[in-house]
Amino acid sequence: MDQGALRKLVNSISKTVKSFKKSEVECLIKLFHSFLEKTGNTGLDQSTFREILHDVFGMTDDMLMNRVFYAFDRNKDNYVNVEEWVRGLSVFLRGTFEEKLKFCFEVYYLNGDGYISREEIFDMLKNSIHQESHEEDADEGVRELVDLILTKMDYDNDGKVSFTDFERAVRQDQLLLEVFGPCLPEAKNCLHFEALAFRNCNF
Amino acid sequence: MGVALARLAQWTAASYGTGTLEITPLNEILLKEIIIFVEHFIYDHPQEAKFSFVEPLEWKTDLEPSAFESGYIVSETTVTSEEVDKNGQPLLFLSVPQIKVRSFRQLSQLVFIAKDTKLKEAQACVEANRDPVVKILGSDYSTMTEDSSAFNILHKITSSDDPESEMKMRIAILLKQLDLHLLSYILRHISLQICLNPEPVKKDIELLKSFSGKGEQTVLESIDYTSDYEFSNGCRAPPWRQIYGEMCYVLVKPHDVETLCITCSTEGVFLNGGKTDDEGEIDYERKGEVYKDLVTFLKEKSAKFSENMSKQDIRFNEEQQKNQIDEVPTYAIRKSVSGSDKNKLEKNQINFRKNQMTRRLEPSLNWRTTVDFKDRKTPAKDSQEEKHGGKLEKTRTSISPGRAQLLRKSVDKVEEMASESSSESEEDEEPPDHRQEANADLPSEYWQIQKLVKYLKGGNQTATVIALCSMRDFNLAQETCQLAIRDVGGLEVLINLLDTDEVKCKIGSLKILKEISHNPQIQRNIVDLGGLPIMVNILDSPYKSLKCLAAETIANVAKFKRARRVVRQHGGITKLVSLLDCAQNSIEPAQSSLYETRDVEVARCGALALWSCSKSYSNKEAIRKAGGFPLLARLLKTSHEDMLIPVVGTLQECASEENYRAAIKAERIIENLVKNLNSENEQLQEHCAMAIYQCAEDEETRDLVRLHGGLKPLASLLNNTDNKERLAAVTGAIWKCSISKENVTKFREYKAIETLVGLLTDQPEEVLVNVVGALGECCQDRENRVIVRKCGGIQPLVNLLVGINQALLVNVTKAVGACAVEPESMVIIDRLDGVRLLWSLLKNPHPDVKASAAWALCPCIQNAKDAGEMVRSFVGGLELVVNLLKSDNKEVLSSVCAAITNIAKDQENLAVITDHGVVPLLSKLANTNNDKLRRHLAEAISRCCMWGRNRVAFGEHKAVAPLVRYLKSSDTNVHRATAQALYQLSEDPDNCITMHENAAVKLLLDMVGSPDQELQEAAAGCISNIRRLALATEKARYN
Repeated sequence: MDQGALRKLVNSISKTVKSFKKSEVECLIKLFHSFLEKTGNTGLDQSTFREILHDVFGMTDDMLMNRVFYAFDRNKDNYVNVEEWVRGLSVFLRGTFEEKLKFCFEVYYLNGDGYISREEIFDMLKNSIHQESHEEDADEGVRELVDLILTKMDYDNDGKVSFTDFERAVRQDQLLLEVFGPCLPEAKNCLHFEALAFRNCNF
Repeated sequence: MGVALARLAQWTAASYGTGTLEITPLNEILLKEIIIFVEHFIYDHPQEAKFSFVEPLEWKTDLEPSAFESGYIVSETTVTSEEVDKNGQPLLFLSVPQIKVRSFRQLSQLVFIAKDTKLKEAQACVEANRDPVVKILGSDYSTMTEDSSAFNILHKITSSDDPESEMKMRIAILLKQLDLHLLSYILRHISLQICLNPEPVKKDIELLKSFSGKGEQTVLESIDYTSDYEFSNGCRAPPWRQIYGEMCYVLVKPHDVETLCITCSTEGVFLNGGKTDDEGEIDYERKGEVYKDLVTFLKEKSAKFSENMSKQDIRFNEEQQKNQIDEVPTYAIRKSVSGSDKNKLEKNQINFRKNQMTRRLEPSLNWRTTVDFKDRKTPAKDSQEEKHGGKLEKTRTSISPGRAQLLRKSVDKVEEMASESSSESEEDEEPPDHRQEANADLPSEYWQIQKLVKYLKGGNQTATVIALCSMRDFNLAQETCQLAIRDVGGLEVLINLLDTDEVKCKIGSLKILKEISHNPQIQRNIVDLGGLPIMVNILDSPYKSLKCLAAETIANVAKFKRARRVVRQHGGITKLVSLLDCAQNSIEPAQSSLYETRDVEVARCGALALWSCSKSYSNKEAIRKAGGFPLLARLLKTSHEDMLIPVVGTLQECASEENYRAAIKAERIIENLVKNLNSENEQLQEHCAMAIYQCAEDEETRDLVRLHGGLKPLASLLNNTDNKERLAAVTGAIWKCSISKENVTKFREYKAIETLVGLLTDQPEEVLVNVVGALGECCQDRENRVIVRKCGGIQPLVNLLVGINQALLVNVTKAVGACAVEPESMVIIDRLDGVRLLWSLLKNPHPDVKASAAWALCPCIQNAKDAGEMVRSFVGGLELVVNLLKSDNKEVLSSVCAAITNIAKDQENLAVITDHGVVPLLSKLANTNNDKLRRHLAEAISRCCMWGRNRVAFGEHKAVAPLVRYLKSSDTNVHRATAQALYQLSEDPDNCITMHENAAVKLLLDMVGSPDQELQEAAAGCISNIRRLALATEKARYN
């Protein structure tokens, strides 16, 4: 990519993403392209993206990594393009509480109806209890856990968690932000990533 | 008789044929009874006595033929009775040493003849005739067994009417009666002895074992079984010995006797032949008497055992009884079985079960925890063991009460000294653990919490966080929930979570721990589970909210000594102090982490934890070393009450120590303390006042308080009396500040004196002590004395003289003494009988009170009207004062000397105290280096010289030479008093010589040049006396 096109891209992205400096955006774009080089695609596909999530941000849960991919992929073309990449990372690295709140909710309500249903919660939590005895018992345990979390978060008692419910609960107890599984990188991984990515930035 | 002999007589074990009877008490009884029977036979049954036996009883006798007299034909080696049977055979025939006897009559005779040896003869007879009944009556009768005998006899009577068989029957019945008699007689004897069985023997041995060991106080050096193997029936003796009733063999080593090898058998305890040299076999033969149990046996054998045992007796008996109680149910059942009463049996079994239940219930409360929480970490188990260990220790203490207690005391003392502090003692008693009973009515929360803990244990991070968040929905301030979390094993899991890498789990866990650690029991559990070191480590975490939570939890947990020590030992103090520093780095990179809080909050939490920790002395030191004071001083400048309270609280705790007060002064902390007195927050005001109270011992600090305008807010806080804690702190601060005169003047301006007088009634003692202390200081000033009198302060002060609080009495006496300086006030004190009350305080056990009372008496005697008469009116009062000169407390001695000086102003009283021996007692004190005592002692001596030959007496008691040395002191007051005393003493020529010999003249000459006029005069007078004597001597010599 030539210098002029890069600058243009940086400028356009910087208009929507405020949390990064232009030089930082530039670094992130360069990084994006270095990831692309291996694949030859125009955007990061699901498996490449998951690799990054795993290797760079220390995420482990396959299902959640997929969901994070869908959350990054705003235009739903199954590729994370450069703009989506920078925008997503801004939430990861510099996101405000509100941004993260929204991001997490997006990760959790997968099917797009704006609610997290009881079944979805069950899906997300079904591996959360170490199965020692029979599977039925474990399922029973998960079901009880789902009930537990619904009584806590479902303020309007409609059997599902709306964004309003989610926001209210998380504002009351920030620990509930990643209530259905880790979908944000840990702080130390973020610092690590920033150090690496912005290493070559000319400030 | 047959039965009795066969079954009860104790034949030497395992011997057949002609066995020998053992010499046991039982056999002796048996033989004696038989002899009595035989002796009386001839009188009771003369007919039957003539009956000749079917076969003679035959045995070897020791009787000499010569012993037989009339009725016998005696030759050298034979004796033949004159009495013959119907066949002409002699009924007694002795051919040395064999004797044959064929009738009871002859037997009776024989017993009579045998006299002293009758027991021996009877034994020989019984031994040689194992079945006497058969010999006497014929073999038909040998079939007689106990159950069929009556029938047989009856049958024989009916079947024949032969007179001989009738006679035989009668004899048989008589013998049967004897048999029964013997049986019942012996049974009675046996029942007196305890028939031992393995269980009690085992318990006895175990018990003795626990009281054995090295050292003088134990009952035995050692007690051990010879065999480790225990058969299922509880016996250790080999089976072939068990048939003789032997249960086990023990080797006992008492302190004062050689090792004893003892057999424990069902019949009792006795010494056996000991271990044979080869193969370690035991010689089973009995070697001594049989005792009813081990303890009796050992008491007999070892004096030391008996002595030490008597010390332990009560304990031992208790234990034994406990053991016996254990036995009771089984006995009961056995009894009812033999009674074959089914109802009873059932009942007993129920009882038995009940007994066991109630016995088990108590320990189970403690044990349940270990059962329930198998996955508990080891520290918990340790604490359990500690408890059991504690019990064990108790038994040990009772063994050697003196030393162990002493040891423990000294340990306690060290502990106390290590961490003594103002506020420590009251909260340091560790409360007993209350565990909820499993089957008691548990609240529903219990089960819900149990479910949540299950998720904590078995869930991944996500499930754990959900469970933690849900747990916080319970009311964690409620004790039921707090204890429920612990009782379902939640504490262990929560603490384990702190050790993981999951920030969210740590935060969630700490949020819960922070809440439940307000409970004193939970605090102890957390420490026992090793939670504190982990929390201390978290203080290093990069996440500020984690730091805060950890510090806050530490603040809650470190409410008792052990916890505070753990925090320090793991470097917690240094880390907490560095938290205080956080507030400074305002330009920190704005990390956009979710779990961040403000730096100020971190510092506040650090201060909170330090406040808790600062109650231990070593922690104060650690705070100082870690550089905590400058940081605390800096934080003091903020205006957040939340921050100020823990900061001032920490400072106030630390201010109890001298060097920290210096640090506080150096950091200019007083200024800010004063500023915060004006805060709206009562707690903050209280802590500031408290800190000032602690610091104002120092004069410079007192001035600082005044210069920063602290006195006015203090005075105005006096008007609010609802909050007693704050009032106590404020009055304390006022007391200490009023030690400085300038401050007193200020307080008068602020009308604080009047308010203080108003606080003399209806206040708790903590407040009273300070109020009275403050008044005592204020009344050093004349104007204030007048104010106190006019406000009616004298009466309540005098009323307080009857209290028992030591600190209060010291202050009250001082205040009353200060008031007594004013003659008008003295009139009131006198009227209220205050002097008598003061005087009786001289009998108070505390030296401080004694001294303070004696000081207060001085102005009273000075200013009372008819003081001499008043003093004399106290029966035994003067003797009491003089005897106080035997005290070894310097302050008491000084004050009493001062009192004596005042008392001695009255001639009559001086005469009385002279009679009570004041002169030798004062003289004895002369060799002191304490200037205060020297001064008052010299004054007292000087006064006491005014009576009779006291001057001479002082000289005789060698008081003069030491007094001369006082002139070398650096204290002018001492000089003045000493010169005056020497002047008085120099009226006696011998004293002049002593003074001269001790080079007093040169010293006195220096004193003459002093600007102090009294001193000048006294020194000059003394020199003149000495000089005059010298002149007189010279003159006498010259003439």
